Amino acid sequence: MSALPRPRWRAGLSRAAGARCLTALTVVLLAVAGCGNGARSDGGSGGASPGSPSVSPRSGSVTEGAGAGGGRALSGTITVFAAASLRKTFTQIGAEVEDAHPGTTVRFSFAGSSDLAAQLLQGAPADVFASADTTTMAKATAGALTLGAPVDFATNTLEIAVPAGNPAKVSSLADLAKPGVKVVLCAPVVPCGQAAVKVQTSAGVTIKPVSEEQSVTDVLGKVSTGEADAGLVYVTDVRGAGAAVRGLPFPESSSAVNTYPIAALKDTRDPALAQAFVAAVSGEPGRSILAAAGFGPPTTQQ
Amino acid sequence: MSLHAAIRLPDRDLDLVLDVASGRTLAVLGPNGAGKSSSLSAVAGLLRPESGEIRLDDRVVFSDSGSGRSQWVPPHDRGVALLAQEARLFPHLSVCDNVAFGPRSTGMRRGQSREAARRWLAEVDGVDLGRRRPSALSGGQAQRVALARALAAQPRLLLLDEPLSALDVDAAPALRQLLRRVLRDRTTVLVTHDILDAVLLADDVAVVEGGRVIEQGPTSQVLTRPTSAFAARIAGLNLVRGVARGTSVVTVTGLRVEGLTDEPLQEGQEAVAVFTPSAVSVFRRPPEGSPRNVIAAQVTELEPHGHQVRVRTPHLSADVTPAAVAELGLAPGTPVVLSVKASEVAVYGV
Amino acid sequence: MTARRRPLGLPVWVFLPALVGGAFVVLPLLSMLTRIEWGRFGALVTSPSSVAALGLSLRTSLLSTALCVLFGVPMAVVLARAQFRGQALARALVLLPLVLPPVVGGIALLYTFGRRGLLGHTFEVLGVHVAFTTTAVVLAQTFVALPFLVVSLEGALRTGGTRYEDVAATLGARPTTVFLRVTLPLVLPGLASGAVLAFARSLGEFGATITFAGSLQGVTRTLPLEIYLQRETDPQAAVALSLVLVVVATVVVTLTRRSRTVL
Repeated sequence: MSALPRPRWRAGLSRAAGARCLTALTVVLLAVAGCGNGARSDGGSGGASPGSPSVSPRSGSVTEGAGAGGGRALSGTITVFAAASLRKTFTQIGAEVEDAHPGTTVRFSFAGSSDLAAQLLQGAPADVFASADTTTMAKATAGALTLGAPVDFATNTLEIAVPAGNPAKVSSLADLAKPGVKVVLCAPVVPCGQAAVKVQTSAGVTIKPVSEEQSVTDVLGKVSTGEADAGLVYVTDVRGAGAAVRGLPFPESSSAVNTYPIAALKDTRDPALAQAFVAAVSGEPGRSILAAAGFGPPTTQQ
Repeated sequence: MSLHAAIRLPDRDLDLVLDVASGRTLAVLGPNGAGKSSSLSAVAGLLRPESGEIRLDDRVVFSDSGSGRSQWVPPHDRGVALLAQEARLFPHLSVCDNVAFGPRSTGMRRGQSREAARRWLAEVDGVDLGRRRPSALSGGQAQRVALARALAAQPRLLLLDEPLSALDVDAAPALRQLLRRVLRDRTTVLVTHDILDAVLLADDVAVVEGGRVIEQGPTSQVLTRPTSAFAARIAGLNLVRGVARGTSVVTVTGLRVEGLTDEPLQEGQEAVAVFTPSAVSVFRRPPEGSPRNVIAAQVTELEPHGHQVRVRTPHLSADVTPAAVAELGLAPGTPVVLSVKASEVAVYGV
Repeated sequence: MTARRRPLGLPVWVFLPALVGGAFVVLPLLSMLTRIEWGRFGALVTSPSSVAALGLSLRTSLLSTALCVLFGVPMAVVLARAQFRGQALARALVLLPLVLPPVVGGIALLYTFGRRGLLGHTFEVLGVHVAFTTTAVVLAQTFVALPFLVVSLEGALRTGGTRYEDVAATLGARPTTVFLRVTLPLVLPGLASGAVLAFARSLGEFGATITFAGSLQGVTRTLPLEIYLQRETDPQAAVALSLVLVVVATVVVTLTRRSRTVL
């Protein structure tokens, strides 16, 4: 048997080499995980992207985007971070924007507002942020992330959600405080829970929920399966939940009007397209699309 | 208690009948894979035969004629204890509790069962082992404890599956002596491949080959007058099978072996000629002018056998002195002539 | 401890991927440590909601582990020892929760024990309310943890074989005696590690609980749910509670590994 050579790397595995290895591993893992980083930086290089040479000449010849884009043809890709409740409407608005400005792509990341804000503060790359409440947007503004002042573009109010057939015969907010009625609310620390607290206070009603859920989706899930007799969620959530859930408006909901702000972000690589998207949301076609989904018009004036 | 076991297991090519009279020990001999252990498992109730019948005295513990009606008594209800090659002592119980397991399982109180365990440990000279863990025992000690454990269950039939084969040479004789003592009046089936076990422990022998009993009878008869090659080989005897011609046996290849008969044989009936290797002389050339049986053969193997050398040829063996081996220049492959006096050959019908 | 033997014949290069893999597991835990505000740590983990969540988690996990042992042991024995038609299918079905997303498990439980579920109506008539109760938490945890116990115990039973059980039967022991005095004691180490796995899985259960049981402090909001909720407003509290969960899990797993080496 021949003598084995000493494994030189073992002695020579310096801290730097180790770090390099780890970095390499991380890159591989991220690539495998399909992280959006690479795709976004491609988009950031706009028309020069090798992936979109065929659309460049077309976007050059089309000038109808001038109204929103300020005289310059728009192209490129933006990423919009938006509250989960905006999924349907924003996807629609995004498609409209892409149609109006051929050669542009609008990507979305939908999640809870505070999750998204946390990601942005950690340095996640995005061009536009739309939050389901002003408090969360204030965090982004405080972090100096936004490009200019946020614009309020929609409002949302609470509604009583009951399972189809309304088994507990609920008709008012006061009914939710009756013993034996199983009510599910959002936990007070999440925005929909804060709104629920507000309407209870202004109505002088104290609801004892059987569960304080993490999100609107969880509340709707418990109501639509009939586990709970009622829940408090937003009008738009009831609208989107289908036939299993019925919405009952109640007057006290006016005390907790939730306002949705939107802002372009400072780090955007495509301010023109980002602003164009913000304009499309706060003006037309956004206003009609949002209204159709049950959102109210913004109450505060900019 | 007597045992009658007719066991058919086509999967393992097993089809045999074993009978043990009350108080006797039957040794089941045979090459590996002959179906000996499967037969024991079937009697113990750990393996269900496809068909057949197993009776302990008059009690049917298994029967299945294949026509739908069948009977099955589970192992715990048969009164049959099995001692295998390895001791299989329960590793989580002390030696004493191992032995007490049988009495406890049949409803005896803890104190009483321990008392019984000590009695049975004394029976196998193992009183001082009681507090130990099984892992702290030698192979011989463990097998002795396993025997005590089997006996403590007060089985009416004892099954021993090669109980000595896993022991080293030093431990086996002592346990064999012990078995000789405890098996004396017990109904026992002993599976073994060791002729010594059969001679010392068994009243009767059954030779199993290829899943069938090919020979059985009292031990002394089977070992001195074997009718199968296997029994002859383990008895250390030469056996030539053929048909009777006068007082000789003629094989299908035309070989003729002359011998003595106890009783007259019918001409042409099946018969065997049996003789010991020490009765066989070895020559390089055919000897002249003597009334001997002469058989040409080729040496296949030489092995020490006591002070002598056993010369093996394909069918027969001869015992010669080491000096003779040197003188004749014997080695595997050497052509030789074997010769045996007719007066040393027993010929009998089968 | 015996003297350490140098593992022979191990190619030197395997240490590199092993090291990187190890770092991949340990680094996230370490980086969590760096984010903890130690000054507030005590206050964060002893807040009423944290204490309630930890207490609830421990109680429900112990209960569900007990249920897992109660039902899992017979299941494992049947799978390992009995022979019946459709055994392979039965095993696959029993192990299903292992590969199912817990949320799916929660939905399935909802349609079984929920108010409008398969058995829920019967329960309602009997006056038993499962939804939004601690019982629902225990059911969710048992559902996801049961396969862990069954798998590890069945493995131990198969490895052990039936040699000792056969001997016990020929010594006159009835099946029940064999089971209690031979089968169970011999697989005790396997049972212990299975129970620990089940406990750890129960402790970490999130998806099925939030889907099926809801979330209310002291009733259904277990530690993982509390962590997830705290994340919304106070990430610091979430990190601190995560550390508590990591420590509890580490202690449990280490303790049982040690007791297993002793056995």
